[in-house]
Amino acid sequence: MKLSIGPIEYFWPRQQVFDFYDLVADTAVDIVYLGEVVCAKRRHLKLADWLTLAKQLTDKGKQVVLSTLTLIEAQSELKMMRKICQQQDFMVEANDMAAVQMLTEQQHQFVTGAFINIYNHKSLAFLARQGLVRWVMPVELSGDTLSCILKELAAMPEKNNIETEVFAYGNLPLAYSARCFTARSHELVKDNCQFICAEYPDGLNVKTQEQQQLFNINGIQTQSGEKYNLLSAIPEMQVMGVDVLRLAPQLKGMADVIEAFSQARLGQKYTDIDGDGCNGYWYKQAGLTKVAG
Amino acid sequence: MELVCPAGNYQSLKKAVDNGADAVYIGFNDETNARSFAGLNFNTNKIVKAINYAHQHDVKLFLAVNTYPQPQRWHQWRYAIDRAADIGIDTVIAADISILEYASNKYPELRLHLSVQGSATNSESLQFYLHNFGIQRAVLPRVLSLAQVKNLAEHSPVELEVFGFGSLCIMAEGRCHLSSYVTGESPNMCGVCSPAKAVVWKNEGDILESRLNNILIDRFEKDENAGYPTLCKGRFEVNNDIKHVLESPTSLNTLNILPELAAAGIKAIKIEGRQRSPAYVEQVTRVWREALDYFLTSDEEFTARSSWQNVLAKLSEGSQTTLGAYSRPWQ
Repeated sequence: MKLSIGPIEYFWPRQQVFDFYDLVADTAVDIVYLGEVVCAKRRHLKLADWLTLAKQLTDKGKQVVLSTLTLIEAQSELKMMRKICQQQDFMVEANDMAAVQMLTEQQHQFVTGAFINIYNHKSLAFLARQGLVRWVMPVELSGDTLSCILKELAAMPEKNNIETEVFAYGNLPLAYSARCFTARSHELVKDNCQFICAEYPDGLNVKTQEQQQLFNINGIQTQSGEKYNLLSAIPEMQVMGVDVLRLAPQLKGMADVIEAFSQARLGQKYTDIDGDGCNGYWYKQAGLTKVAG
Repeated sequence: MELVCPAGNYQSLKKAVDNGADAVYIGFNDETNARSFAGLNFNTNKIVKAINYAHQHDVKLFLAVNTYPQPQRWHQWRYAIDRAADIGIDTVIAADISILEYASNKYPELRLHLSVQGSATNSESLQFYLHNFGIQRAVLPRVLSLAQVKNLAEHSPVELEVFGFGSLCIMAEGRCHLSSYVTGESPNMCGVCSPAKAVVWKNEGDILESRLNNILIDRFEKDENAGYPTLCKGRFEVNNDIKHVLESPTSLNTLNILPELAAAGIKAIKIEGRQRSPAYVEQVTRVWREALDYFLTSDEEFTARSSWQNVLAKLSEGSQTTLGAYSRPWQ
């Protein structure tokens, strides 16, 4: 079972990004997803910078995948995506069907992110025939459904080429909007956002009026307030045939998270990660629920 | 421009047809469509009745099969497509790749529209669905500005349909899991958002509380209009301030930009609200029919009449309307 680091979802300073991947380079992580997936206005790093990082991480033995924007609204965004899809050195993660279309035209193999809606084996097999070699399950699906998908898939000719990745740790990406909620919370409009999201490197916390953690705002993206944590479901996932566990980047404590998952996937005793967390989706419940493992 | 109106039951369908819809969209009474509410929608017999009534009046009938089937019950969605083809539905509105694949292979003559749940917001994504499944039209998610809609219409390989009026989804449709995060049920999986069975209203002294699966969504003072506890329209705390963090209760209304949408080449205007009453369908259809006819036939410059806007405002959430993402400042 491999470990991956998902793309950085927040707007971090340039140096912070480089420092983060310096750290990741020396961990047990197998796969690293690089690139901006939330907001096209965030340009601390250019494509050339991401490619430099990609080469450095490859030299350290990591498989690198370039992630692409999730919500595509403008021609300029398509143009940037085409550049990423046309390069030959690294595999690409599609987070919108536009990327799937471009990668298919190029006859490149690709990964689909959690916002490509694959809810059954037939959709998965269809995309595998277009070049999909790995998919990240939509976060709201349960372990039971994944198990059914993989069982059905086992009887299909496409099965051999497909790896399954599950979002296993971090604030769950739940929704995308045209509206920037971080800017809105500061009474700014998106066109004059002043990059206010940079002030919230782990997102902006939203609580109910009873102080319950509810959401975490990250620009146009809404995340779960609780961190998803599937550490205790790893044995079950191994039986099922999950190939990759995805960990979402966070500013602090990333090394501990990687360490815990690294130990758990080897069946070793691990130190659980601090905080309440949630895992309801995996157990077919409301996502914010915490089911005792 | 085609006027596409909602119907959650036969009465509403008649109202839509009688008041000038060019097409009416409906769903089966199960989870195969994105308004899977108790007591709503059509069984096979009712659909046959509906199609007869619509076709007698030269109105088209669209069927939404626009949720995402999981493997355990995939056959139920396939059965929905089979019945649609068998009954003679004019168009199926779908989102899931496997369902589009099945429909286009098995029934090549069946007209397909990409549902808003398919979340296609750009020309390349539309190209994917055209190339692979031969879709003829797509319903655009409510995330594009007017300028972006115009630009997309220029580059789009298929006809475009946009939302004109109704409840406002503020997230990219098909890419929102807020409802399942709090209740376990979502539009993609179950055809519901913030489901009614998870809602509890409770009076705490003078304060009325709304909860969704026990999570507090809002608190209303006596004189406040208490809106349905849709998650994205709740009042929450951010930076020590309690407010409508994502959006306040409001409905989308694009009557004012009708000429621009028409000039862009938008093929159809969709009215939201299969879950609403026959009276809602009647009034909204009538206003939009009048507005479209006036726009298409009058030599005068189009301005939305205040009488139309008043009717629409009364039917809106919180009696407020907005242009939503069509307007950049909203974003």
